[in-house]
Amino acid sequence: MANRVAIVGVGQTHHKSKRLDVNGVELINEAVLRAIEETGVSLRDIDAIVIGNMDHFESINYVDTWSVDGSGAYMKPILKVTTGGSTGTSIAMAGYYHVASGLFDTVLVIGWEKNSESDTTGAIITCSDPVWDRFSYAGAIPSLAAEATAYMKAYGITERDAARVAVRDHTHALNNPFAHLHKNITIDDVLNSPMLSYPIKLLDVCPRSDGACAVIFAAEHKAKKITDSPAWIHAVSTRHNFGWFGDLEYARIPSLELASKEVYKKAGIREPLKELDVIELYQPYSFAGLKWIEAIGLCGPGEAPKLVWDGVTDMDGELPINPSGGVLATNCIGATGLIRVGEAALQVMGKADNRQVSDVKRALATGFGGCFWSDVVLLGKDMPK
Amino acid sequence: MDRVAIVGVGQTKHEKRKRGETFDTMVYEVTYKALEDAGITIREIDNVVTVSNDFWDGRTISSMAIQDACGSYNKNISTVEGDGTFGILYGALRILSENFGTTLVVSHMKGSESHMNLITNAMFDPIYERNLGLDAITSSALQARAYMDKYGITEEQCAKVSVKNHKNAKNNPYAHLAMDLTVDEVMKSRMLAEPIKLLDCSPISDGAAAVILASEKKAAMITDKPVWIKGIAHCADAYHLGDRDLAECAALAETSKKAYEMASINDPVREIDVAEVYDAFSYQELMWYELLGFCGRGEGGRLIDERVTERNGLLPVNPSGGCLSAHPVMVAGMVRVIEAALQVRGDAVARQIPGAKTALAHGINGPCGQSHCIMILECN
Repeated sequence: MANRVAIVGVGQTHHKSKRLDVNGVELINEAVLRAIEETGVSLRDIDAIVIGNMDHFESINYVDTWSVDGSGAYMKPILKVTTGGSTGTSIAMAGYYHVASGLFDTVLVIGWEKNSESDTTGAIITCSDPVWDRFSYAGAIPSLAAEATAYMKAYGITERDAARVAVRDHTHALNNPFAHLHKNITIDDVLNSPMLSYPIKLLDVCPRSDGACAVIFAAEHKAKKITDSPAWIHAVSTRHNFGWFGDLEYARIPSLELASKEVYKKAGIREPLKELDVIELYQPYSFAGLKWIEAIGLCGPGEAPKLVWDGVTDMDGELPINPSGGVLATNCIGATGLIRVGEAALQVMGKADNRQVSDVKRALATGFGGCFWSDVVLLGKDMPK
Repeated sequence: MDRVAIVGVGQTKHEKRKRGETFDTMVYEVTYKALEDAGITIREIDNVVTVSNDFWDGRTISSMAIQDACGSYNKNISTVEGDGTFGILYGALRILSENFGTTLVVSHMKGSESHMNLITNAMFDPIYERNLGLDAITSSALQARAYMDKYGITEEQCAKVSVKNHKNAKNNPYAHLAMDLTVDEVMKSRMLAEPIKLLDCSPISDGAAAVILASEKKAAMITDKPVWIKGIAHCADAYHLGDRDLAECAALAETSKKAYEMASINDPVREIDVAEVYDAFSYQELMWYELLGFCGRGEGGRLIDERVTERNGLLPVNPSGGCLSAHPVMVAGMVRVIEAALQVRGDAVARQIPGAKTALAHGINGPCGQSHCIMILECN
């Protein structure tokens, strides 16, 4: 019999550009201990573990077996799930599926990345096919720049519009003690920051962070004993769809459209702008904060700037986006998607401290990576039927 | 546990070098074969789990290479980075969650485009262990020596595993290395890392495999020969070789105990008709016999001396030829499951063990068999 599943606890490190004081296993352990302490369970209560990161970054093969001292996986079931940038949401879903299956009641999910130990661009370039795509794939930022320019051309979006998103997220991050970057910036600061790959400037894009996040998923009968305020998993969806960068239609992001539609259908959501209370959007750069909120159906194509300029997505707006500061403030890749889910859970649980949005009943978290792949996770305060 | 069945399987011929194939052509081939075997189309696949390793592929986000080939367009999909058995396990969990009725699980690997020493050296801790020159072979040699010394297993007994499996491979059209060998030939083969000689060691092959899983309800619609997963478990041991007694493997004992409990197996030798175990090296098969409960500790050598695990023995092990005969890493555990499934379906042709109804399939991940996954399969 399938279980209903809830998130009962979240732990994360204070993300930084260089954690020289810990090795990877210790970094993982920090997040795990925080999740366990925060949740009030013991390692003994954990029935299975799922771990993820992008192994080419730290150059460690078979991370699931390497990390047992830190993850607590000694003499426990563990497996590794990895899908690139979307790893964090893929592992969150794996945690959900483990518990929903009925075979494991309490599952620990760990996402981590020690980007300071990586040649991030050198590694990520290898995701492209060596014969057909490698010569034109120059890494994550240029690939996103292609999307940004297509979007700008299609709808007349400006760099200034995108800068408003960057200012929002960096401002939100000031409330988040775990965020890597705490920058008090203005739109002009963004526009004047160094150009990396037109139109993406330094303050339009995420940093490279060292960090880990651990989230505990539990079956209904366990969840209710562990916490008064579990964050129930209502629906999840993934779409990859493409493996070749030349096949993409850059003016849209079909994977996110399809994944969010599936989640809304499962959860009976018709008007996301009204029915969602907060969104942790996997938004690696500012333009995505416009283009991708259209894809998840908050407004029509090209209409996102109005929503954002009107303050709808600010902390005091109708539908706050990225109260944590999002990916622009922290990007420890293997953890980043999981942090979206964890932060959304904290919002539902009412444990988001200074970044808490009031009255959260439904929270959406998304993941992104690979060849413009998307994950969508919907959490809710009420138990699903 | 609710019922999940294997309803379709497919594998490539495993070879030294598939020069004319890329990762995606191999994945397409096995996806197509598995769909044909099941008698369904890609439309009936509800979700996909792919299995690959970024180091072996030389590509980060290694699943990107085979996105199209596995038919994942507009489907839910995820990727396990670990042995194929773990991928099948995750595919089964997704069905048991009641979100999906069918899962396609597909894995690929090209040993010919990899550098085994560097890739498996990368399993070891970069600060404390890599510079010792550890790789899969040298580390396994440490385990072999520890196991053989503790229990008095001889190199000749290990050699018998190699002789048995390479000979069994002659019945398997998919196997990479089918050979008639003598114990003497194995003993005289080139020493790689004492006591592991060339013919004690699996090759690194090019290959791919796919398995289609279905819920009980869907399985009934798809096939009249569903292969039920009666027991399934996984477990990891400690990591640093020095933290382990390499002659022991509590993780495998724990994994098999759980799987047997789920499948209501009390006497594995009598109740299991055939086993496909992960024999990356000849000594490992003997060690796994013991920890799977086929015999007592230290009796693995006796089991093979008494020919218990030969094709016509009480419990045939690796009638396919095992990993010693074909070893596309990541894929090989899935191949163990496929071979076990074919056995209980009665579809194993020349390598069929007559009357097989209950089979065990086993996969490993990490150095010296640190992490294990076991499935008990049954077909009525």
